[in-house]
Amino acid sequence: MSGTDTNSYTVRLELVDEPGELLRALEPIADNGGNLLSIFHERGNLTPRGHIPVEVDLEATEARFDTIVDALREAGVNVIQAGAERYSEELTVVLVGHLVETDLSDTLRRFADRGGVSVADVSLSAPAGTEGPSSARLRLVATEGQSDDALETVRAVADEKDLRVVEPLTEGSA
Amino acid sequence: MRLAIVGSGAVGTSVIELAGGYGHDVVGVADSASGAVGATGLDTEAVLSRKRERGTVGDGTPEDVLEADYDVLVEATPTTLGDAEPGFSHVERALERDRHVVLANKGPVAERYDDVRSLEADSAGTVLFEAAVGGAIPVLSTIDDLNGQVTAARGVLNGTANFVLSRMAAEGLGYEHVLAEAQDLGVAEADPTFDVEGIDAALKCVILANVLYEDTYTLEDAEVEGIDDLPGSALELAAEDGRTIRLIGEVADGDVRVGPRLVPENGTLAVSGTLNIVQLETHHAGRLNISGRGAGGPETASAVLADVGRLPSR
Repeated sequence: MSGTDTNSYTVRLELVDEPGELLRALEPIADNGGNLLSIFHERGNLTPRGHIPVEVDLEATEARFDTIVDALREAGVNVIQAGAERYSEELTVVLVGHLVETDLSDTLRRFADRGGVSVADVSLSAPAGTEGPSSARLRLVATEGQSDDALETVRAVADEKDLRVVEPLTEGSA
Repeated sequence: MRLAIVGSGAVGTSVIELAGGYGHDVVGVADSASGAVGATGLDTEAVLSRKRERGTVGDGTPEDVLEADYDVLVEATPTTLGDAEPGFSHVERALERDRHVVLANKGPVAERYDDVRSLEADSAGTVLFEAAVGGAIPVLSTIDDLNGQVTAARGVLNGTANFVLSRMAAEGLGYEHVLAEAQDLGVAEADPTFDVEGIDAALKCVILANVLYEDTYTLEDAEVEGIDDLPGSALELAAEDGRTIRLIGEVADGDVRVGPRLVPENGTLAVSGTLNIVQLETHHAGRLNISGRGAGGPETASAVLADVGRLPSR
C-alpha cells in the first residue's frame, strides 16, 4: 500500500455527554486532511464507562490517518478503536450465573482489558434480585476477523467466574 | 431381506410393524430377556401382542435370535456409552457371520467407530446407521450422496431440549416447569439427563464427525454443554434482541461442540417443538437444510428401513 492512496477508516470514540464534545472530536479530523464520510452518534447507548460511543467513518491517506489518531488523542478524545477495518464485527452473547455477586462491572472491564473487544451495551435481567442467578446480554464489538478471539476472551473470563456463556452461532445462523 | 430385530422398544417395535410393508420378512425378534425365531417369517402381529400382554416376545432367548439365519441384523437396543455393549457385540457377531447390520443404537458408531469399521472391512456385511442421527431425517445418506463434498454440519439434534427451549421462549416459563410438562407429555423421559445435558446431541455429532472426517471421534472428544437450569431471563434477553436460544451441535474444522447458542429468532435453525434440523455446508452446493422429526418409533423405523433398502443384496 503506498502512502498516497486514500483509504476508508472507522474510528470509534468515546465522548463525555457535554456540549461541544462532538465538535471537539471532529476538528482534529478535518484539520489534518481527513474527509468525513459519516458520523454515527449513539446517543441512546452508553459505554461501560458511562460515555457516549461515536463511530466516525472517514477517508484519508495512511500517513494522514496516523496523524489524525495522534491529534485526537492529544486533544483528549478517547479513541477506542481506529483502523482500516471498515467493518468491525458485532457479536452478542448472553452470560448466565451469579453476575451481580461476581461483580459484573469487573467482568466487563476485564473483557476490555484483554483487548480486541469492547462492550457496546449491556442488558441485565436479575429477576431473583442480587442473590439468585441472573442473565446479561452483551453486545460486543470486535475488529474484523477478531470475533473468535473476542469469544475466547469472554469464555476465559466467564470460566474464572463460573459463569455460563450462551454464545452466538457465528456460522450459518441466518 | 430377512430381518432379525434386536431391541423391542419404540423403534424396534415400529420396525417389526412396518417391515412387511417394505417387502421384508421378520425372522427374529429379541428383547432384553426373550426371543422369537421363525425361519419363514414370524407372525409379527402375534409377537407384538405377546410383547404387550406378557412382556416377552417369545419362548426363546435373545441368543437364539443372534444365531438365527437372517440377512440383516437391526440393532435397536438402548444406546450405551464407553464399550457400547451389548450393542457392539451384536454388531460384531453379525459381521463375523457376513451379515449386514443396520443400527438405530448410537453407541457402537459414536464410541467405537474404528472397531466397527475394521470389523466391517473383514466382513461381507455392510453397516448402515441412518437412524442414529436425526431420526427420520436422511442426514447420513445425503452426506454419502454428496461424495465427500460436505465440509461441516450443524443443527438441532435433540427434540426434547428443543421442545423445552421453545416452550420456555414462547410462554415465558421456567426450566423446571417446562421440563415437568415435557415429561407429562411423554416428550421427555423420566430421566432426561441424556437429552438436557446435551449428551444425546453430542453422540449424534460425534457420529457425523466420524463420517465426515473418517476418523475416530468419541464422546470424550466433544465439547458438551447442556441446557439444564438455563434461566428464563436468558431467553427473555435473547428475545429482546430478536434472537432465541437453541441447543446446537456443530461439527466443523475437526471440532465437535454442543451447547446452547444464540440464533436469530426467525432463522432457519430456530425450529420449534420437537423438530430437528441439520444444516450441511458443501464445497459446490452451498448450504443444505434438512428438517423433520428427529425421534419417535415409526419415524426412526422409517430411517432403519430406508437403510435396509440401501444394502447390497446378499
